[in-house]
Amino acid sequence: MGEARFKPGDRVTVRKAYPLGHIRTPFYIRGHSGVIERLCGTFGNPEELAQQRSGEPKQPLYRVRFMQKDVWPDYRGDPGDALEVEIFQHWLE
Amino acid sequence: MGGLPAGRVEPVEHDYAEWERRVDALMVLLSGIRGGRKLMTVDELRKNIEALPPDAYDRMGYYERWVTSITQVMIQRGVITSDELGRKMAEIEKRG
Repeated sequence: MGEARFKPGDRVTVRKAYPLGHIRTPFYIRGHSGVIERLCGTFGNPEELAQQRSGEPKQPLYRVRFMQKDVWPDYRGDPGDALEVEIFQHWLE
Repeated sequence: MGGLPAGRVEPVEHDYAEWERRVDALMVLLSGIRGGRKLMTVDELRKNIEALPPDAYDRMGYYERWVTSITQVMIQRGVITSDELGRKMAEIEKRG
């Protein structure tokens, strides 16, 4: 679970799931596809840490780059504008 | 915010009030990052801020949200009880 499964340049899709609890994956980015920009490191799972549990095993955290025009249907900025979101591995596929 | 429609972000510089600095220091101490007993995580801080009712979230300032959340965590973890908190607040109110 804690092994990094993605590398920079890989195309990934954020899981479209809406569980209760403390989730760090923003609602607006769920279901969207982007590209791994970098591996930020491995960190305790915030979904567990928020509930007074250990957060182990640690999870890889990635910075994922999305295109603004893909995320916002009415985006009027530069079509090259990107949005980077840090997302834990178990939210990516 | 959070992908919801909202107005422009207007950045403003401001100084922190003494109580705001204290709330920040409280979080540092309770997180155990300077040594000492770890009594909460930043994730619990965030969870309890997210649990604020929307109108309370909008009405509160940044550190008001923090101190409310820190208090919730201390009650959840049994560091203090609601009864102790209520009695202390009443006692302080009487001081005027």
